[in-house]
Amino acid sequence: MADLTPADPGPRHILRGPAGGAALGGLIVPDQPCRAAEAGPRAALWLGPDEWLLLGFAAVETPFAVVDVGHRSLGFRLAGPRAAELLAGGVPLDLSPAAFPVGTCTRTIFEKAEIVLWRRAEAAWHIEVARSFAPYLCDMIAAIAAANGIGGQER
Amino acid sequence: MLLIRCPVCAMDRPELEFRHAGQAHVARPADPGAVDDAAWAAYLYLRDNPKGVVAERWRHVHGCGRFFNALRHTVSDRILATYPAGASRPEVAP
Amino acid sequence: MTAFRLPSGGRIDRGRTLRFRFDGRSYTGYPGDTLASALLANGVHLMGRSFKYHRPRGPVSAGAEEPNALVAVGAGARHTPNLRATQVELYDGLSATSQNRWPSLAFDAGAAGGLLAPLLGAGFYYKTFMAPGGAWHRLYEPAIRRAAGLGTVPGGPDPDTYTQRYAHCDVLVVGAGPAGLAAALAASANGARVFLVDEQAECGGGLLAEPEALIEGKAAAAWLAEALAALAARPGVTILPRTTAFGCFAQNFVGLAERLTDHLAAPLPGLARERLWKLRAGRVVLATGAIERPLVFAANDRPGIMLAGAARGYLARWAVKPGTRAVLAVADDSGYAAARDLARAGVAIAAIAELRPHVACETFGLPVRPATAVVGSIGRLRVAAADLRPIGGDSVGGGGVERVPCDLLLMAGGWTPSLHLFSQARGKPVFDAARAMYLPGEHRPGEAPDGLASAGACRGVFGLAACLEDGYAAGEARGGPATGRRFAVSGDLPPAGGFEGLVPGSPARKAFVDFQNDVQAADITQAVREGFRSIEHVKRYTTTGMATDQGKTSNINALAIAAGALGRPMPAVGLTTFRMPYTPVTFGSFAGHARGELFEPVRRTPMHAWAQARGAVFEDVGQWQRAHHFPAPGEAAADAVARECRAVRQRAGLFDASTLGKIEVVGPDAAAFLDRLYTNSWARLAPGRCRYGLMLNEAGFVMDDGVVGRLAADRFHVTTTSSGAAAVLHHMEDYLQTEFSDLRCWLTSVTEQWAVIAVQGPRARAIVAPLVEGVDLAAFAHMSVAECRVAGFPARLFRVSFTGELGFEINVPAGHGQAVWEAVWAQGKAHGLEPYGTEAMHVLRAEKGYIVVGQDTDGTVTPDDLGLSWAIGKAKPDFVGRRSLTRPDMLAEGRMQLVGLLTDAASAPLEEGAQITAAPPRTGMAAIGHVTSAYRSATLGRPIALALLADGRARIGQTVHIPMPGGSLAATVAGPVFHDPEGARLDG
Ligand SMILES: [Zn+2]
Repeated sequence: MADLTPADPGPRHILRGPAGGAALGGLIVPDQPCRAAEAGPRAALWLGPDEWLLLGFAAVETPFAVVDVGHRSLGFRLAGPRAAELLAGGVPLDLSPAAFPVGTCTRTIFEKAEIVLWRRAEAAWHIEVARSFAPYLCDMIAAIAAANGIGGQER
Repeated sequence: MLLIRCPVCAMDRPELEFRHAGQAHVARPADPGAVDDAAWAAYLYLRDNPKGVVAERWRHVHGCGRFFNALRHTVSDRILATYPAGASRPEVAP
Repeated sequence: MTAFRLPSGGRIDRGRTLRFRFDGRSYTGYPGDTLASALLANGVHLMGRSFKYHRPRGPVSAGAEEPNALVAVGAGARHTPNLRATQVELYDGLSATSQNRWPSLAFDAGAAGGLLAPLLGAGFYYKTFMAPGGAWHRLYEPAIRRAAGLGTVPGGPDPDTYTQRYAHCDVLVVGAGPAGLAAALAASANGARVFLVDEQAECGGGLLAEPEALIEGKAAAAWLAEALAALAARPGVTILPRTTAFGCFAQNFVGLAERLTDHLAAPLPGLARERLWKLRAGRVVLATGAIERPLVFAANDRPGIMLAGAARGYLARWAVKPGTRAVLAVADDSGYAAARDLARAGVAIAAIAELRPHVACETFGLPVRPATAVVGSIGRLRVAAADLRPIGGDSVGGGGVERVPCDLLLMAGGWTPSLHLFSQARGKPVFDAARAMYLPGEHRPGEAPDGLASAGACRGVFGLAACLEDGYAAGEARGGPATGRRFAVSGDLPPAGGFEGLVPGSPARKAFVDFQNDVQAADITQAVREGFRSIEHVKRYTTTGMATDQGKTSNINALAIAAGALGRPMPAVGLTTFRMPYTPVTFGSFAGHARGELFEPVRRTPMHAWAQARGAVFEDVGQWQRAHHFPAPGEAAADAVARECRAVRQRAGLFDASTLGKIEVVGPDAAAFLDRLYTNSWARLAPGRCRYGLMLNEAGFVMDDGVVGRLAADRFHVTTTSSGAAAVLHHMEDYLQTEFSDLRCWLTSVTEQWAVIAVQGPRARAIVAPLVEGVDLAAFAHMSVAECRVAGFPARLFRVSFTGELGFEINVPAGHGQAVWEAVWAQGKAHGLEPYGTEAMHVLRAEKGYIVVGQDTDGTVTPDDLGLSWAIGKAKPDFVGRRSLTRPDMLAEGRMQLVGLLTDAASAPLEEGAQITAAPPRTGMAAIGHVTSAYRSATLGRPIALALLADGRARIGQTVHIPMPGGSLAATVAGPVFHDPEGARLDG
């Protein structure tokens, strides 16, 4: 119904500067707000007009500011037909496919934790959360799932 | 909870993602050393408190991270316009 | 079959019998019953005692507006008080008790309080407060609290789970009566996302009690079933029964309380009891209906006296005869629909006292007496007769009264549109003088704020056809063509008429306006006599409308009586404000999952598990948990702290500093940016070197501090205080984005990227050196930084000290924190390394006079006040806060300055926050400062303290006094550095 599993996206970097539209590691850094660009194992998530979260880049060749944040956050994959319903237990955004189509990413909140939320497919989400908030996030998601009868995958 | 249009994200977003940041259009003097004590105190502490439209700063802190300005009516609590920091105050019908 | 259950009909499931208990007695009912309907079916009308006078009361209504039949359900921690019996759904095994009675409902000792009624009139709370000193506390309050409680609290923490959910829709329709159903049908016709919510277990509203009406040729119940099926088949539609829209906030943000399990005998374990929806709607259609008004006459509150529409509901929905012989007091045509339905069910109609001189509607051959008022009733625990008097007859207490025996007295006083949500959404009610009702001020669809529209009875549109059509029009998308959809309806008896205020010819005493708060018509006229003019003041003085039902049945009658007494029109007296929640919402729903462990995120460092295994005692520092000290088995906290301090001063200590805020500042203008944000100069700081940075706000006061390391020409590793991390980043972003946007540099929080392992003490170098690759520690001077490897992991190594000892802070990627920590620990064992906690860290830094921002500063402290003028880059033309440092107040004498305080070596440490006086303290003496930090110093063998003291530096050597709980202590003012003032120990 909805499964939360750790997702290790490999290296993480924050790219800052006027890099929108630049070619980087086989993808174009998205210029459009709240969009993610993917190319193979690499992705660039728009966080702000001069800020991107780079996932899966072993090294970043760019004239702009790059900071290694590989250990700053943890990644999770949330997938299943009731994943959006589960997320609505803590995320105040409209997560309908029309309002939050596949490829949308944004910083937002889940209850009292800040997260980066990225819709990778209609029913598959990637969540980044600061390392020390991860237990809170996972426990909260588990509590919401239990209270709403949203179980994990049937085995 | 207000719904606030972030001019950078170009989306209506919930108030929980934002942080209020005081009155807008209070520019820091270019050369603070040339400002006399009274004017500097006014810059630090004196703010408008109208019954009506205020220009104020907000930051989309749990979103794109950008500061921007909003016109809000203090009686209705309606946000009438939002615009990027640095842009001049738009005309709105209150 | 129970005595008052009809042999057939009703929306109950007769295939199953439910057993339940009320006040210890066993009864039976059916699925579909409410507690009220099941009790009425058993002939039980007496369900509660009133709040103030303990008068016997039964249900007045069949719904959410119920003021009387308040019960408690469940036991122990699941005991829930003040539930309306009219809304409690029956399940097998339900156990409920009445409230406000002792020893029993039928014999209540407190009803003798009725004899004291004159003492408890309007304003008694306020008048009692003015009684001779202490009387309230000693006498009145205990007595009143015993007598006048509203339910009792549960016996333990709530064992149930509550959940919350955000939702978004195009159209929210509140109320699934005819108007709401039609609105939802129209709104969802083109695939829009529509929420239809209703507070009852079954959708349908008034349609559930329409046995006669036909809609488009179908019985109302059949049309309802088809409409619900059609809606349920549309993928965009969400139908939520048992869901109360309790609050309507800005921009169509609506709170919905959904009750998930209260109606179940055995809920699935773990599932939430209630779900709070936080719904944002593009448009809202309020179809909240109208509430029938009681008529205000003497003794209108006995069990067996109820609203006509409620009696109709009990008949149609639950097949319950609320009595055998009825008198109706009617001022509205809808009363005749009730009379008709009752008569057809076999209830004898003894009389219909019609307040109006003429009746225009069908009366079905029933015994109508026009221009007649019910002016009183008799009966003890149940109404036994009604007193009827022709209007214009003899004066009060005189003749002309006919006593008509009955066991059911129904009131059809007209209908009050439910404006609660409209008003909460800042809609302005306007008074329709012709119909004597308040209506939504902007009630045409599309005109109200934020696309909030009212439809049907809540905007004064009555009658099935009109409500369906009004609802349909309100539901249709704005901007599209209005279809003008019509609905063919027959057999409907729409409301018309109505009365508000005290019934003519009735005494005002015991004529109850607000049943739940026991407010009589006489109380309101008394309030006016005592000078109250505004309805808001009358409300507070008499408490009318202030009970948990918020005056749903009483407000208009109270307003009419006040207006009559004032001789002013109703709108001139005003309408009280409607506030959320519409009906009470549990605290559990508001809390949701934010309880216990999930109340607040608990942040733990990468080395938390190690400290935990070592037996550390933790303290909360903001959201972080930090090791406070590491006691040996049986060791007292103070002894552990002293031992940890000695270890650092004599050998070495290991400290988890991971919570330090960290910001990476990158870009060609990074140094220029830091020059503007910190008091210090950064341009000439060489890569590989560190500097203590002091940050001010624009007003010149110390805001934060921390060590900043320059990793490269264009890259700095900035540290902040643990608690200031987010605020400092916000402050930096603010200036970078809005004031210094010409600078090319960027900020990234790396607080959680790096675990920070501090090794401090004379042996620190010997411990760290074998683990470090890529740095020659012999040449690694104090205040240096290097990127290197430690224990095989990439690291940023700082040589810094917050203890005054030789020290290193090893930054490693957080995921490697514990591994590196353990490597250092293994290496340090031979050197006597010991872990130390935050308390030892505080003692060690205080011995050195190092400040903690937020403890030794309070937002009014300048660098000079702290003796930190050396940290100001004198050559810099500008930095944030610089201009403020030369304002007259900042240079004035008498500023609070940081000093040390030394008390007698044997004394206990001073209390942090204690005031300081110049002479032994006396009453009225001014304080000249306060203690900011105080500890027992193991190093010095005495207590030490830091303080902010007026002109403190000029007082060094003087004696000051500190009032403490056991008497004042004298202290000698000293400099703030107690240990190693030359700093010789920094090199080990
Ligand atoms: Zn934004």
